[in-house]
Amino acid sequence: MASHNLKHALFCAIVTLIISYPILGFNLESQGIDVTLEGAETSTVLGVLLAAVIVFLFQLFRDNVMGSLRQLPAVNPLANRKPMEQSKRLKLESTLLTLMVIGALIWPFIASRGAVDLATLVLIYIMLALGLNVVVGLAGLLDLGYVAFYAVGAYTFALLSQYYGVSFWFALPIGALLAALFGLVLGFPVLRLRGDYLAIVTLGFGEIIRILLNNMTSLTGGPNGIGGIPDPTLFGMEFGRRVKEEGNTSFHETFGIAYSGEHKVIFLYLIALVLAVITAIAIRRLMRMPVGRAWEALREDEIAAKSLGLSRTAVKLSAFTIGAFFAGFAGTVFASKQGFISPESFVFLESAIILAIVVLGGMGSQMGVILAAIAVTILPELAREFSEYRMLIFGAAMVLMMVWRPQGLMPMRRIHIELKRQE
Amino acid sequence: MLVLEDVHTHYGKIEALHGVSVEVKKGEIVSLIGANGAGKTTLLMTVCGNPQATSGRVIFQGRDITRDMTSNIMRSGIAIVPEGRRVFSGLTVEENLHMGGFFNTKSEIRKSQDHVYELFPRLKEREHQRAGTMSGGEQQMLAIGRALMSKPNMIILDEPSLGLAPLVIKQIFEIIGKLREEGITVFLVEQNAHQALNLADRGYVLETGRIRLHDTGRNLLANPDVQNAYLGG
Ligand SMILES: Nc1ncnc2c1ncn2[C@@H]1O[C@H](COP(=O)(O)OP(=O)(O)OP(=O)(O)O)[C@@H](O)[C@H]1O
Ligand SMILES: [Mg+2]
Repeated sequence: MASHNLKHALFCAIVTLIISYPILGFNLESQGIDVTLEGAETSTVLGVLLAAVIVFLFQLFRDNVMGSLRQLPAVNPLANRKPMEQSKRLKLESTLLTLMVIGALIWPFIASRGAVDLATLVLIYIMLALGLNVVVGLAGLLDLGYVAFYAVGAYTFALLSQYYGVSFWFALPIGALLAALFGLVLGFPVLRLRGDYLAIVTLGFGEIIRILLNNMTSLTGGPNGIGGIPDPTLFGMEFGRRVKEEGNTSFHETFGIAYSGEHKVIFLYLIALVLAVITAIAIRRLMRMPVGRAWEALREDEIAAKSLGLSRTAVKLSAFTIGAFFAGFAGTVFASKQGFISPESFVFLESAIILAIVVLGGMGSQMGVILAAIAVTILPELAREFSEYRMLIFGAAMVLMMVWRPQGLMPMRRIHIELKRQE
Repeated sequence: MLVLEDVHTHYGKIEALHGVSVEVKKGEIVSLIGANGAGKTTLLMTVCGNPQATSGRVIFQGRDITRDMTSNIMRSGIAIVPEGRRVFSGLTVEENLHMGGFFNTKSEIRKSQDHVYELFPRLKEREHQRAGTMSGGEQQMLAIGRALMSKPNMIILDEPSLGLAPLVIKQIFEIIGKLREEGITVFLVEQNAHQALNLADRGYVLETGRIRLHDTGRNLLANPDVQNAYLGG
């Protein structure tokens, strides 16, 4: 046992050296056209050696370390708590949600402009994650190209406003519906695939949309993107210093207050908040409706679901389309917030982050997904000072989560439906 | 009620059914017995359109359903209790039943649910338990109950006695007898040949994708070939 551990630890330490020394231990110095290889500073080399020693010690005493790690969840009082009764849980959840919404309503009036802007982004991610949660968490379809529908929503607004001067409020439903239509059309051929195959094909579709946007230069401006996307208006009141569109009035003049750039940011935040709440409520409703049951049934056992007369294609398509719809919503808000969009905003990494939010939150659980969206969006901002290490911190956080709470922050506890009896 | 005419079914290039003809008349219990791999499940799944027959015809209640989609077939008055039960393990008993009545109105669901609980009082006791945590016998009851929720004219059962204790098997077979009294036609696939043939009006013996024998249940039980091959001599 001990000798086995020793061997293993030695091996791991050597692997650490082999991997890190060539990368960190040398520097390429260019002198004119010559490139010479030089040893790195002593401190770096020492660091590499130290890392190897740490790996060695960790592996040697791994059993002890992991043993104490495993006891850690007990520190978290929520982990081993007995599941609450459904009615109590639902009550608690709705109280919590109400408190969160109230807090969110107060937020813009106490926080700085930057914080409000960040909160808007959080809300956009909440919408995205709630939408993807339907597809991945509830229907069990691994969609790696979700960002495509986000892009459709954003570009719909951008293009409509550029070519036809359509306002935010008109573009919002059009963007969402168009994204849903894309979901329907793309979903049709791919949904007969399962698991890994579905994941790969959706990944491909996500990329195709992005590449299309990049290359249809005459329409979308290609990599240059589209700018000058208008802000939303409030009953025909604009938030800019000067009124841009004929027939509109300006917000600060109507109310006789001094112009402030903050009004616009707050207004956009409030719109995002309302839309996020609508998204959450709508999806919650859907989950309790027969179509929500059908998603779960199909995820649990496809053959059984089919034997009951459910059409696999119809059920899956509905999940895919509804997910896409909310991504379109989020996309429109995003375009309006940024004022400028380019294909670069819709890379695969975005899909990955949204998926990470869903998984971290605990697949299927709305509350968990909302918390995870907040955490995943805000943490990198807080860690901005260590911006070089942001991805590293993000990765480490993910790994730790998987060790401590593999089921996600708040795993889904199913709400079961009881049919009311008429006695 | 259900007629299969010279049905051939393929999995890819492999033919699993080599021209099978079976008839189930209204109000009957018909049992299909056969060894492992004979193609019993394949035959039932062909009726459900998954996979579809490559040639031949499947007729249900006078309508040709050979090329119909599974979802349409399963909504036309036929219900199946699939091999291995396949209850939705994360859903509660009640929710499982509701899935069975997916296309019915709420009041219909309520009625069928009460009816199922009458047949299986055990399910009523476990109404809010997750199906996955129930015993094999209870799950089988649930699978049958779920199939009944759509108020089918005909129910197809694929090895309902699989892996169950004798006492539970007896219960299940009693329920199947009751279903006939309610006017539901039963098509039953079983390894448990003795009980299946005892209960059945008529029986078929399937061997490697072909119907070998076809007679009344009683005659098949008395048939020496059947006794040797399926009743342990
Ligand atoms: N999905 C499939 N793909 C390919 N071949 C299959 C498939 N399902 C069944 N088969 C083959 O078809 C033949 C009949 O299988 P089937 O499941 O119908 O037998 P069975 O009579 O139901 O057996 P058992 O009593 O073990 O359930 C077998 O040779 C089997 O290997
Ligand atoms: Mg079988």
